[in-house]
Amino acid sequence: RETSNTAGGGTGHALPVRTPRFSSCFGVVMGTSVKYSSRGPALIPRMKSKHRIYYITLFSVVLLGLIATGMFQFWPHSIESSAEWTVDRRSVHDAPLTLAVACTPALICALNLLLQVYIYPLQRFVDDVGVPISSTGLSREYNDLLSAISDSDFYTDDVTRACLFVPSIDVLNQNSLRIRETAQALATLPRWDKGMNHLLFNMLPGGPPDYNTALDVPRDRALLAGGGFSTWTYRQGYDVSIPVYSPLSDEVDLPERQPGPRRYFILSSQTAIHREYRVELERLKEENGEALLLLDKCSNLSQDMASARKRCYKAINMSLLTVLGARLGQATLSDVLQAGCVPVIMADSYILPFSEVLDWKRASVVIPEEKLPEMYMILKSIPPRQVEEMQRQARWFWEAYFRSMRAIGLTTLQIINDRIYPYAACTYEHWNNPPVVKWSSVNSPLFLPLIPPRSPGFTAVVLTYDRVESLFRVITEIAKVPSLAKLLVVWNNQNKSPPEESLWPKIAVPLKVVRTKENKLSNRFFPFDEIETEAVLAIDDDIIMLTSDELQFGYEVWREFPDRLVGYPGRLHLWDHEMGKWKYESEWTNEVSMVLTGAAFYHKYFNYLYTYKMPGDIKNWVDAHMNCEDIAMNFLVANITGKAPIKVTPRKKFKCPECTAIDGLSLDQTHMVERSECINKFASVFGTMPLKVVEHRADPVLYKDDFPEKLKSFPNIGSL
Amino acid sequence: MQAKKRYLISLLTGAFLVLLFYFGGVPGPATGRSRYDRIRNGYRSDQPWPHFSDRLQSFNPWDQTDTEEYNIHISPKQKRDVNTSVYKGKRCRMDSCFEFSLCKRNGFKVYVYPQQKGEKISESYQNILSTIEGSRFYTSDPSQACLFVLSLDTLDRDQLSPQYVHNLKTKVQNLPLWNNGRNHLIFNLYSGTWPDYTEDLGFDIGQAMLAKASISTENFRPNFDVSIPLFSKEHPRTGGERGYLKYNTIPPFRKYMLVFKGKRYLTGIGSDTRNALYHVHNAEDVVLLTTCKHGKDWQKHKDARCDKDNAEYDKYDYREMLHNSTFCLVPRGRRLGSFRFLEALQAACVPVMLSNGWELPFSEVIDWNTGAVIGDERLLLQIPSTVRSIHQDKILALRLQTQFLWEAYFSSVEKIVLTTVEIIQDRVLQHTARSNLMWNSHPGGLFTLPQYSTYLGDFPFYYAGLGIKAHPRFTAVIHAVTPLVSQSQPILKLLMAVAKSPYCSQIIVLWNCDKPLPAKHRWPVTSVPVIVIEGENKVMSSRFLLYESITNDAVLSLDEDTVLSTTEVDFAFTVWQSFPERIVGYPARSHFWDSNKERWGYTSKWTNDYSMVLTGAAIYHRYYHYLYTHFLPSSLKNMVDQLANCEDILMNFLVSAVTKLPPIKVTQKKQYKETMMGQSSRASRWADPDHFAQRQTCMNKFASWFGAMPLVHSQMRLDPVLFKDQVSILRKKYREIERL
Repeated sequence: RETSNTAGGGTGHALPVRTPRFSSCFGVVMGTSVKYSSRGPALIPRMKSKHRIYYITLFSVVLLGLIATGMFQFWPHSIESSAEWTVDRRSVHDAPLTLAVACTPALICALNLLLQVYIYPLQRFVDDVGVPISSTGLSREYNDLLSAISDSDFYTDDVTRACLFVPSIDVLNQNSLRIRETAQALATLPRWDKGMNHLLFNMLPGGPPDYNTALDVPRDRALLAGGGFSTWTYRQGYDVSIPVYSPLSDEVDLPERQPGPRRYFILSSQTAIHREYRVELERLKEENGEALLLLDKCSNLSQDMASARKRCYKAINMSLLTVLGARLGQATLSDVLQAGCVPVIMADSYILPFSEVLDWKRASVVIPEEKLPEMYMILKSIPPRQVEEMQRQARWFWEAYFRSMRAIGLTTLQIINDRIYPYAACTYEHWNNPPVVKWSSVNSPLFLPLIPPRSPGFTAVVLTYDRVESLFRVITEIAKVPSLAKLLVVWNNQNKSPPEESLWPKIAVPLKVVRTKENKLSNRFFPFDEIETEAVLAIDDDIIMLTSDELQFGYEVWREFPDRLVGYPGRLHLWDHEMGKWKYESEWTNEVSMVLTGAAFYHKYFNYLYTYKMPGDIKNWVDAHMNCEDIAMNFLVANITGKAPIKVTPRKKFKCPECTAIDGLSLDQTHMVERSECINKFASVFGTMPLKVVEHRADPVLYKDDFPEKLKSFPNIGSL
Repeated sequence: MQAKKRYLISLLTGAFLVLLFYFGGVPGPATGRSRYDRIRNGYRSDQPWPHFSDRLQSFNPWDQTDTEEYNIHISPKQKRDVNTSVYKGKRCRMDSCFEFSLCKRNGFKVYVYPQQKGEKISESYQNILSTIEGSRFYTSDPSQACLFVLSLDTLDRDQLSPQYVHNLKTKVQNLPLWNNGRNHLIFNLYSGTWPDYTEDLGFDIGQAMLAKASISTENFRPNFDVSIPLFSKEHPRTGGERGYLKYNTIPPFRKYMLVFKGKRYLTGIGSDTRNALYHVHNAEDVVLLTTCKHGKDWQKHKDARCDKDNAEYDKYDYREMLHNSTFCLVPRGRRLGSFRFLEALQAACVPVMLSNGWELPFSEVIDWNTGAVIGDERLLLQIPSTVRSIHQDKILALRLQTQFLWEAYFSSVEKIVLTTVEIIQDRVLQHTARSNLMWNSHPGGLFTLPQYSTYLGDFPFYYAGLGIKAHPRFTAVIHAVTPLVSQSQPILKLLMAVAKSPYCSQIIVLWNCDKPLPAKHRWPVTSVPVIVIEGENKVMSSRFLLYESITNDAVLSLDEDTVLSTTEVDFAFTVWQSFPERIVGYPARSHFWDSNKERWGYTSKWTNDYSMVLTGAAIYHRYYHYLYTHFLPSSLKNMVDQLANCEDILMNFLVSAVTKLPPIKVTQKKQYKETMMGQSSRASRWADPDHFAQRQTCMNKFASWFGAMPLVHSQMRLDPVLFKDQVSILRKKYREIERL
């Protein structure tokens, strides 16, 4: 009989239960049914013997039928065919496995965009004679796992909202389980339904002598997060391959070490390696001597195993040979990663942990078992730089995904979540790049090498306040540029209306005036719907010295570098050693790290970024100070693309002759100080200095070449 | 009778009771509750999971791990043999159905059976075969091969199709090397026929691998089969069209949100999803159109919706929709895959997959989440809201990725076939397999050969993505063809000039001259090591071999008669550091389309743009040496060697094909070569009128092998920031460049 017991001990006492469904599961069916049939005659006492026999037969047939059905329903299918289970994994019945399978709860998921996981309350299962189905009961690790899930955002205590169910039956280690009984216990779960949308965690599947590679408890449609899957048992896109948790993670504190060569080249710490392989390893050791270290069981140190292990790991090395043992999944893998060693995986057909999302090729070396004799050669051929990267990667995998049961459990759930919402899934970079790389790397959103056609042209955006005369001159000048598609005037003056339409210069392309609500510098970078081209020319209303050739050439250069700022006057940031901070430089320098947006081409995408994705308070800060919007734009673009801007054409004085002193501030001392402050402020908000310094600028191919000017495409360049 | 009735009733009651018992209809009154009750002990109401005060046991005790031995059991070798005998047919994996030993001896080589007379082969299959035969994997010797491809057309296994090959079963069985299909690769596009379109090929494939379109997850043998895309008869053999995306509009929305235009099946498999599409169609931004008008007797089966659907269908133009939609629906057709998939991909219309159980093309290596939206047929009605919820940044990324994927793996039959072969090669040479990043980022798996290195930092493409930089020094390689006779020879001046560069770590002189190596003391003493290598066979292509002594990422390739100053070298190298994947150099050339002669023209005239930078003075990444030697077919390399010409053009073709970008020209002090040179033998090569004609011929030959013209024009040159500016020369860093 089955009892439900409280795991805490004292309070709970066994209650004899007689749920029929359960008793049938436990194989007492035969006994009960015999009882019933023997009682048959008593129920029908006054029958003619002829009829009686007839009815008894009928009754028995019905009953037997029912029993048969019942048994078929609840009898764990594995019992007779457990040997076949590992073989026949992808049978037709298993086949159409997708998580959302007609499961209405999945619809609930879809609204939340986060998997809702329900954990069954803890119960203890025992069989008829009161022997528990598991020899260990709830293990420490499984308890950690469940409590981690219950603390996570995935958890829901509302069974009706859940779309994934985690049984509280601990199946981490199959050796401590009674397989048939566990299957029956699972089947009693109220929402089991052949395991639909249930998630089982198992780390040590199979057992001697065969060491099956998946949990022998029939999993039906349940997702199995298993350690040690082989390619035959792993149902791709359905199961999740997880690591075998190593208790060492918790017990030994191994701080991260600098990657690089270590005392030993190869260490084999795997115990229980097959004799043949061990011989081979010994041979390798003989040939290569000191480079190899083979460890075996610490047989003499029976009392304090853990500390013995610890000692073994003091001599941590570079590469590690692992997984040659009886099982595919080994806790050694976790230890190797923790030590920042590169795992050398020689376990044919093994599905590496979390291989669905982790790029193991960057953290491990996989060698077929057959090639064991060549192992040393293969490993020696790996360039040292790569080994270092692998070491770093390996350690990161351990820290992020192997470290604790919590990490393992939540990673599993995240993988399943990504499957259900593939369009919101975490990126490759998110999964695989260690924080250092995440921090220093850039993945430009405009990553495709694409030189856009000339034809759409560019939209010129002129920011103006009230300098109408100068504005009109600028408009007239720009209108001469062949590729100009549209002119947009951003009228930043709320107190004054723009001039009447009739007063504006007549130009061949559409001209639009946008009136802003507030006089803010950031208005010039607003992604107006009126900008229909991807190329934007930001230009001040006093930039009249740029020739049409220079502007057209700037556009051509932008086409070759659509993900960069392409501008005319260049500026530089410098590190002021005395002051210990950044300094702004506008002198004649050999280097450029910024271009002014007083006249610059850039992609409209950066308008969108500036307006909506500018980090910190930079945008407001710029608006409040009425300065440095160009520096902010340079920071933004360099930060997201990792690329320097392109300065085009020779330097010319940008100060317009007619403008008053207030406008031509560039040389003013206070102005310079303010600009330097901007750089320091932005660098602290970005947390780094994203600007890149280059020593080149772009000129037309034949610039200043001894060649007839009239044959040059852009002759009028560089005049002052 | 009464009694009988009573008996019947009691019998039924009994049966009912039993039924109840069996199916658990009546739960035990008190027990049911207690079973599902939370444990009280240690349970706190604010904590969803109880805490235990006493320490629980570990799941994996030490003693248990230590006693796990399999010494007593079968040896690993036996285990492998057992696997081979057990896992066959539908359970085939590389470990059980593939003979790795065949690949050990000669590397990864592919053999194609000779075509038999009287066997007709469809054009598509012919394209597949000729791609393999033209690839670097091909071998004509079956004893060297590790992968075998049939010359029997297996593409179309639809019995009703005119392309169907009969008696394939016996034909295959009679093949001398068949060996029950071991190490064979079978290509297939169509299988099964009306009405159920099964995935059976109609013959026993034994242990052969399948490269199949429309393969279902159910039948797909992971890491054994390869899912390929369905492509049409018109799909080009090589080259292929580029993606349609020309520029990125911001915000990235197009006129339509989601479109589809295709057949609706009135009978047979594959109808369900398409039948329901009209529910989602709104004639505004979601336009999903179906037609019943296909096949001979559609009128016979037509249903109530047909006329209305057909009318709506004719209102829209498919091309127009394809180009103006953000998302394109790709529902299953008769089979799981449909032509819509590649069409959408090329048109930069993000595919929304609606084909449950389809193993997406090259799913083993391509991360489709970055290039498509994978929907669920059963949640069709949610699709519009799903795609509307996708953020614009994500749409932009998806769209760009479609273009990358299209151009990297799908635009031609050649790419599809080579991707298939490369995937299998990655499995065979496990420890030198490509990482996911190589497959899923520009320039893609076909251009990144892991045999060169498996370390991403050794390639010029991943510096930004990994946050690292190229090595800050370069190796100069000087190609020497004339004997060393005087101390005033240009090569010695060049050597001295280059050696003075602070970025130079070593100079390699490649001695491709017929005369023996000059004595060591004849070379000038320099601060950096000078290594002299005797060229193998003294052929042109040997200048692009990846010599072991080239240890830096950057290679400065030089002709012996190049005239360069140290400043120019320094400047070019600093520029290269910003563009490590391109060729950065001095003398530029251009190509143009000669419409009169209908062929490509080559020009060395001074023009306002250029598309090539001669490798007689150029810096590029060392990986291109490897790529030149191992990626290009021997036919092209032999041509270069025979002519002793065009090697620079070929290099430019190669690099532009990889980067899709022009090379970069930097400032040069003086004019180079043609005008400058007069005395050396190398110069005579340039003076030769044949020389020019040869280069023209080369261009056209190369363009035909690449299937398209990979070269791209540029109109700019990179100069030092203060180049020729009116400022004191003392302020300028690269002042030598301006001095004439």
